[in-house]
Amino acid sequence: MSAAEAAVKFVTETPEKEITRVKEWINTEEYKEKNFERTALVVNPAHACQPLGAQMVATGFEGALPFIHGSQGCASYFRSTFSRHYREPSAATCDAMTEDGAVFGGQNNLFEGLENAYALYKPTMIPVFTTCMPEVIGDDLNAYIKNAKKKELIPADLPTPYANTPSFNGTHIHGYDAMLRSILQDLTTDKKIEDKGTGKLNIIPGFDGNVGNLREYKRICELMGIPYTMLADVSDVFDSGCDGEYKLYPGGTKIEDAAESINGKATVSMMKYSTLNTMKFINCEYSGAKEVLSMPFGVKKTDEMLLKLSELFGKPIPEQLKKERALAVDAMTDAHQYLHGLKFAVVGDPDYLLGIVSFLLEMGAHPWHVLCSRATKKFKKEMDALLESSPFGEGCTCYINKDLWHMRSLLATDPVAGIIGDTHAKFAARDAKIPLFRIGFPIIDRVNLHRSPVVGYTGAINMLSMIANKFLDIKDETCEDQWFEMMR
Amino acid sequence: MAERKPIKGITIESTEKLIAETLAEMPEKAQKKRAPHLGANEPSASPCAVKSNKKVVPGIMSQRGCAYAGAKGVVWGPIRDMIHISHGPVGCGVYSWGTRRNLMQGIPGVTSFPMDFTSDFQERDIVYGGDLKLEKLIREADELFPLNKGMSVLSECPVGLIGDDINSTARKMEKELDKLVVPCNCEGFRGVSQSLGHHISNDSIRDHIIGKFKFKEEAGPYDIALIGDYNIGGDVWAAKPILEEIGLTVKSVWTGDGEVEKIGATHSVKLNLIHCYRSMNYMCKVMEEKWNIPWLEYNFFGPTKIEESLRAIGEMFDDKIKKNVEKVIKKYKPEMKSVVDQYKPRLDGKTAMLFVGGLRPRHTIGAYEDLGIQITGAGYEFAHQDDYDRTAPEMAKGTLIYDDVSEFELEKFVEELKPDLVGSGIKEKYVFQKAGIPFRQMHSWDYSGPYHGYEGFKIFARDIDMAINSPTWDLVKSPF
Repeated sequence: MSAAEAAVKFVTETPEKEITRVKEWINTEEYKEKNFERTALVVNPAHACQPLGAQMVATGFEGALPFIHGSQGCASYFRSTFSRHYREPSAATCDAMTEDGAVFGGQNNLFEGLENAYALYKPTMIPVFTTCMPEVIGDDLNAYIKNAKKKELIPADLPTPYANTPSFNGTHIHGYDAMLRSILQDLTTDKKIEDKGTGKLNIIPGFDGNVGNLREYKRICELMGIPYTMLADVSDVFDSGCDGEYKLYPGGTKIEDAAESINGKATVSMMKYSTLNTMKFINCEYSGAKEVLSMPFGVKKTDEMLLKLSELFGKPIPEQLKKERALAVDAMTDAHQYLHGLKFAVVGDPDYLLGIVSFLLEMGAHPWHVLCSRATKKFKKEMDALLESSPFGEGCTCYINKDLWHMRSLLATDPVAGIIGDTHAKFAARDAKIPLFRIGFPIIDRVNLHRSPVVGYTGAINMLSMIANKFLDIKDETCEDQWFEMMR
Repeated sequence: MAERKPIKGITIESTEKLIAETLAEMPEKAQKKRAPHLGANEPSASPCAVKSNKKVVPGIMSQRGCAYAGAKGVVWGPIRDMIHISHGPVGCGVYSWGTRRNLMQGIPGVTSFPMDFTSDFQERDIVYGGDLKLEKLIREADELFPLNKGMSVLSECPVGLIGDDINSTARKMEKELDKLVVPCNCEGFRGVSQSLGHHISNDSIRDHIIGKFKFKEEAGPYDIALIGDYNIGGDVWAAKPILEEIGLTVKSVWTGDGEVEKIGATHSVKLNLIHCYRSMNYMCKVMEEKWNIPWLEYNFFGPTKIEESLRAIGEMFDDKIKKNVEKVIKKYKPEMKSVVDQYKPRLDGKTAMLFVGGLRPRHTIGAYEDLGIQITGAGYEFAHQDDYDRTAPEMAKGTLIYDDVSEFELEKFVEELKPDLVGSGIKEKYVFQKAGIPFRQMHSWDYSGPYHGYEGFKIFARDIDMAINSPTWDLVKSPF
């Protein structure tokens, strides 16, 4: 037998005993400790990369065609992700950089890409953002785009804001922030007119995969009689009707409204952490009041939002909203017994987490494990303060920069009744034999949840129904016959 | 094979006119680049006149993915007992986690790993390099997932650009752990599509896996391997039983629900049956050259092609298998006839246009035709010349062939040809559904499946009927 032949190993079968041992071991405290010790490996992260967020913003303006400078595979991944979540088309184009781009830079790709994209898809704006590749090789987007206009490949007056959105920095919420800031900066240049306000409210929804939320904000403004412009309004783009005609640009914030937004009466961001830099820019440049609100999950945060809007515009809270508040509170008092005292795990983006935790505390539930897979200490401090503000937050822990495999260990060693998060949490939920309540992004295994708001008083009722009824379903499906009852 | 009858209203001239009109709306340079990729089918022409495997034209909204997608998503991801590390920033691993439907057995996190393992590169990793991090994470992964049978390291764009050496890290860790650690330099910027990722992955299997293992049991005369079936929606589980029923022993599957050691021992089989020619022909050729293993393309979509394929497989073996083949064909005939009887009356004379990966457009044609549906246009995201050469004879004269079709082009083509069904991917799906055109995702079987084999045809027929004849389409046109 030669040495090479000797090196050939037999195909092995893992012994059943060994499988059983490991299967049990991964649920232990010992495993959890080892799991939390890792520093290099990330398993099942609960966040995506910057350009995804940039594409969401770029999609939210009327006639805008998101343009990805970099590898074509990235573009396909972003488009697929949005199409799976919304079950809608997700138009975006890309300049398909390959090896030669890596060597010579991506200017030629950008030139050709801009020219073709403009000719074929006739956009009103081409927001450009980057993938890893041009960021690593150091492409100068500013110069490239200027050169493209100089060469008359695209009209000189076509808005072409750009954002650097490397995936090795931040997450999708930071890409959202960078692209939005850049678009607003571009569109509002020289548009400021002192003392001539539009009287309108600018609303920035933040990275929110729930178009129902965006519509709820708009409905509230309408009820209050507040004229508004929603910036990066993806609601009609990522939730358009089927009427026999495909429209490449079915909606979004009008370019002129976005340009005028600099003269607004007030600007509010509904998400602090996905608009940090945008709000810095707005604070310096925009007219009127600027406010960063907490996402209006549950009653108290919705109250806060309404009071703020009322204060900013000197408008009273309309009867309709007072009635809706009472309905939400009615639903919550009626159903409190189904959530009170239950422990929950929550995973998601920072602003969503703050909102969901606030709602759970209002219901008398414990947001036991709160996990954000990429966040700052500032966020943790804010979350800790929120948990400390309620007796129901006692014993609850916020974990930052941990992933869903960490979450699995938490669920195995310190069980909870249910987990709230996006579809990616379904594996952890299944292993822990607890239900997953799908609130977040992306939701790629259920229909229509993205259409049903989770913010505002309406959203509170929706969340409550989803959670309470699921527990009741489980009871009906799993209880023994003698405990099966007509009423619950 | 007899040439297909021409399809009413479709001639070489009408198709060429449509192509010319579509191209006319593009800038000159793009026209010139795209023109060779579009053509009217000439069934007997060899080679097929349509050009392929060229760079994406920037800005045209291509549907293509990248080499990493071809490596991680297609070839490696389905191997169930390995840990597949998406080495680089977080995105690629997240987007490709669970989004291909390559189902697998095993206990997730214990004996199978349908998960996302990543080094989640940060700025400091770009600046200082990620080799040490990789080393560390491989150790951590092995400690936390001790029953893994090996790891693959799939590099993302930045890894190649900053000059990391995953090959030496993999070598070092393979020695340290005494387990397979396979490097795969599949950065997304390499090549023009997913296709290069397949090729690079095949090469990695050649260099690091095949021939490294042997089965404990003696090789048998009916040992075969299934190559290029990724078990989408359970396809392998529908195909394998048929092959076993005709008396063959499936020793390994590449790579759907696959086990890496069995893949590494495949060189002892008597025949390689290849399903997805595009992504795995390379390794079939390697095994043929090195170990004299013949390979045969087969097609298990729809009863006509299943029968054809089973007989061709039988020809590779003795009379016992040939007899079994006839027995199996006879056994399933009534069942298949009842499926056709149920659905064909509702589908006969309908037309469909297909745009999928590197295999399915041509392979599924037979299944559509079993149901009476004619294919008026077909094309591939990442096929090569040999794929198109295999497609031309399967399509009627004058039908439309499109390579790496852009959204702009496909929309125009569909608008003009008005098919009753479009079969393509998630990015295309809602564009056509908004226009009121029935659609099925043909990469993921639209969350259904399997579509392979006798079991699969029942589901395929049901799904296609459901798509075309859903009463929901009647609601699209509003009365006001």
